[in-house]
Amino acid sequence: MSTTTEQITETSKADTEHHHGPAKGMSRWFFTTNHKDIGTMYLWFSLAMFMTGGCMALMVRAELFQPGLQFIEPDFFNQMTTMHGLIMVFGAVMPAFVGLANWMIPMMIGAPDMALPRLNNWSFWILPFAFSIMLMTLFMDGGGPNFGWTFYAPLSTTFAPPSVTYFIFAVHMMGISSIMGAINVIVTILNMRAPGMIMMKLPLFVWTWLITAFLLILVMPILAGLVTMMLMDIHFSTSFFSAAGGGDPVLFQHIFWFFGHPEVYIMILPAFGIVSEIIPTFARKKLFGYSSMVYATSSIAFLSFIVWAHHMFTVGIPLMGELFFMFATMLIAVPTGVKVFNWVATMFRGSMTFETPMLFSIAFVVLFSIGGFSGLMLAIAPADFQYHDTYFVVAHFHYVLVPGSVFSIMAGVYYWLPKWTGNYYDERMGKIHFWLSFVGINITFFPMHFVGLAGMPRRVPDYALQFADFNAISSVGAFLFGFSQLLFIYNVVSCIRKRNQASNRVWEGSHGLEWTLTSPPPYHSFTTPPKVD
Amino acid sequence: MSQTANHKKLVTQLLIGTVAMFGFGFALVPLYDVFCDITGINGKVDLTPGKYLATTASQREIKIQFIAVNNETMPWAFKPTQGSMQIKLGKTYQSSYLAKNLTDKYMVAQAVPSVSPFEAAEYLQKVDCFCFNRQPLEAGEQREMGLTFNVLAGMPAHIKTITLSYTLFDITAASSAALANNQ
Repeated sequence: MSTTTEQITETSKADTEHHHGPAKGMSRWFFTTNHKDIGTMYLWFSLAMFMTGGCMALMVRAELFQPGLQFIEPDFFNQMTTMHGLIMVFGAVMPAFVGLANWMIPMMIGAPDMALPRLNNWSFWILPFAFSIMLMTLFMDGGGPNFGWTFYAPLSTTFAPPSVTYFIFAVHMMGISSIMGAINVIVTILNMRAPGMIMMKLPLFVWTWLITAFLLILVMPILAGLVTMMLMDIHFSTSFFSAAGGGDPVLFQHIFWFFGHPEVYIMILPAFGIVSEIIPTFARKKLFGYSSMVYATSSIAFLSFIVWAHHMFTVGIPLMGELFFMFATMLIAVPTGVKVFNWVATMFRGSMTFETPMLFSIAFVVLFSIGGFSGLMLAIAPADFQYHDTYFVVAHFHYVLVPGSVFSIMAGVYYWLPKWTGNYYDERMGKIHFWLSFVGINITFFPMHFVGLAGMPRRVPDYALQFADFNAISSVGAFLFGFSQLLFIYNVVSCIRKRNQASNRVWEGSHGLEWTLTSPPPYHSFTTPPKVD
Repeated sequence: MSQTANHKKLVTQLLIGTVAMFGFGFALVPLYDVFCDITGINGKVDLTPGKYLATTASQREIKIQFIAVNNETMPWAFKPTQGSMQIKLGKTYQSSYLAKNLTDKYMVAQAVPSVSPFEAAEYLQKVDCFCFNRQPLEAGEQREMGLTFNVLAGMPAHIKTITLSYTLFDITAASSAALANNQ
């Protein structure tokens, strides 16, 4: 392995206390406390979940290719939409960001490793168990969760399949994992920075992750509390969400979205960070408006706590409430606009080149903005009564999550892959992957705007005939996007296998501490703190 | 090492934050009730039987409508004996609802009231109501369930009609569990 040179220099002094290379065999992965190993495991886990959730999405799209029921039963269809959402949110996007944080944060701030390595190992290894429990429910009597990823009570309590208890414990475990990951990130960033790395010099990926970690600590316990209330309603005869016992089902929605809205920013803030690293590299300019980016990110995080009820305009909240949540939601467009402006201003008059990470990042800026605009449309309370629970909502959040979060993760992977593996990936294959994905997702999700505005409800296995053409187009796009991800796997695997030695800086315009390390970097990133000017 | 001490301090603070937020999640339940109470939204009605308030009679007449709703899967027949009444503010009236257990099993029901418009909720006083108690019915049994109420004279003038709706819930399972615990 790459660590041999370091091992030789280190053996003389540290032989007896620590060994500086990875352990042999499988135990390396089970017992590792190394941030790179754990980051790698997070990323592979996330990829596996992305493929699993993707297969579920393809089952949904296959059923929706034509009106009528073709392939799967409505109840199984509901399980597929539910599990697709849960797995993509908690299994694919969030672990991928934690994986990137594990790999990059110590290298970016000049630390040898994460602050709490054992906790790090634990927070990863909880996840495979959590998702095994979750996926297991599909094979139980009555099937898996079929109440939508938002699991509104009483659908998820009184009328839930018996397997809902497993779902609740799986959510508890994911929550514990995320909270431990977040604690680790905060402690690392606040306590382990190299001398001279003041807060306002932190790379934006680190900044956005710091804010994300605080969001996680603030809202994941709320989610844990919420599923605990469900558990008590189901098994201990409490009535948090049951009107018969003096509870209120609408309360469920308030608590869920009090968690849920910050959660959507948890899934996009690290993406902002990644894109803010990549665009300056390939525009060969400094990031425009660094400090405004930091303040914009913080404002978005703050605003995310006071807009939750825009998800529930139609439950019957009073007019003043509708107005407050409508305007507070629209306010988020301001800091988001600042960010988009800064990215465009960074590219403006830069000497741009269009390697794969840059292509994904530019697609991110453009398509995320489209998702943002449809979000603004949904924020208009009177109009939302028309859009609520239609495919327009589905189009909106897939535009911010797929070409938003997922594209940024892919951009980040292509950007740092040569650093991680020491090999360049195949640029031509990367570009083919990008273009197929780009075309695929637009064919999939753009027509959903139209069927949504025309009134097609979401979460239905069958639909009225007038929506048939657009749904067929969507399904074709989904299969194109889904299968082009096999190229992504091929690209990553061949990059790991094929020797094509990457330089330390990897990219001509790269900047930051991680590029001062060798490619691949030593097992422990910075054993002596680097000097930061 | 001071770094370990630093880590410990920060981790402790973050863990306290986590536990506090877990508690805050539960605190949202009463907070939500308090918020609805203060702002008067959500049309929730006080379920405790209130003391009889001496009310000033008024000549103002309004209409009160009675609605009966069966919660999903509740198999009883449930309806008001009269669909609506013309009433004078400040005067006490009586009405009733009819319930019949159509199944061949003993069942227990609980009625949950709701008032609309929500501004009227605080002026509608229930002196006695079948919703204060559980309603057990044997198989096939029928019962007329009483309701005594008045509407306070101070109610805003723009309200001309009040709708009082009861939703009937099946609580047989919960109440037999409670009985078993008592014995």
